[in-house]
Amino acid sequence: MNNSRFVYVTYIRTRPEKLWQALIDPEFTRRFWNETWQDCEWQLGATWRLMIPDGRVADAGEVVEIEPQRRLVLRWRNEFMGELREEGYSRMTYEIEKKGESVKLTVIHEMERPGSKFIDAVSGGWPMILSSLKSLLETGEPLEETKRWPKGM
Amino acid sequence: MVAMDGDVDKVFKALADPGRRLLLDRLRADNGQTLGQLCEHLDMSRQAVTKHLKRLEEARLVATIWRGREKFHYLNPVPIHEIAERWIGKYERGRLRVLAELKKNLEGESDE
Repeated sequence: MNNSRFVYVTYIRTRPEKLWQALIDPEFTRRFWNETWQDCEWQLGATWRLMIPDGRVADAGEVVEIEPQRRLVLRWRNEFMGELREEGYSRMTYEIEKKGESVKLTVIHEMERPGSKFIDAVSGGWPMILSSLKSLLETGEPLEETKRWPKGM
Repeated sequence: MVAMDGDVDKVFKALADPGRRLLLDRLRADNGQTLGQLCEHLDMSRQAVTKHLKRLEEARLVATIWRGREKFHYLNPVPIHEIAERWIGKYERGRLRVLAELKKNLEGESDE
């Protein structure tokens, strides 16, 4: 295997347009994604940055593919942890599909190298963030653990 | 937040089988394998592995993607996380982690 990759899937009882909004709108992401928000124009080739509440840039890259409410591909690298930054750019894909009363969200994150530390590091956080996103959209409340940026990080 | 009970049933039923748990262990050790790769070191028929993978996919514990003509299988921990959230409150999490660490140390398991 040449690539490091993970694939996470969750089903959320919501509509594709609401899920799309939750994935990009700072008002939403701050609530389920540890107070971070994305600085982006959301068009092909636009620069993309994930902002930490204290103003630092966590990750940065660009929009590679965008098809609102269906598909988003971002190319980005970590910016604030040297070891991860060195590995270079990763590719992250969101796929959104309506399935009956629910919407299936698939997150694919990959990097063209075996045994990527970056992929290892980001894979740990996703299940919590996705559970929190699901909770926010289905109940109006995110999970407690994702409401704040971790202290000292 | 709570997953629909039908979905939860599928997760528990999928996890109730040692063969299926073994497949999840294999994906945990080496994520993203084809059916052929998964069959290589297992004492199960290809047919049995196919059936188990189908159950795991239905329970959403395994996610698959196609790359060219190959189908790769990935461990999807999200449903397990959702179940944990249902019964483990935010205050218990820290203590449970400490207990799990203690158990691991006492039993002399390594990290991997």
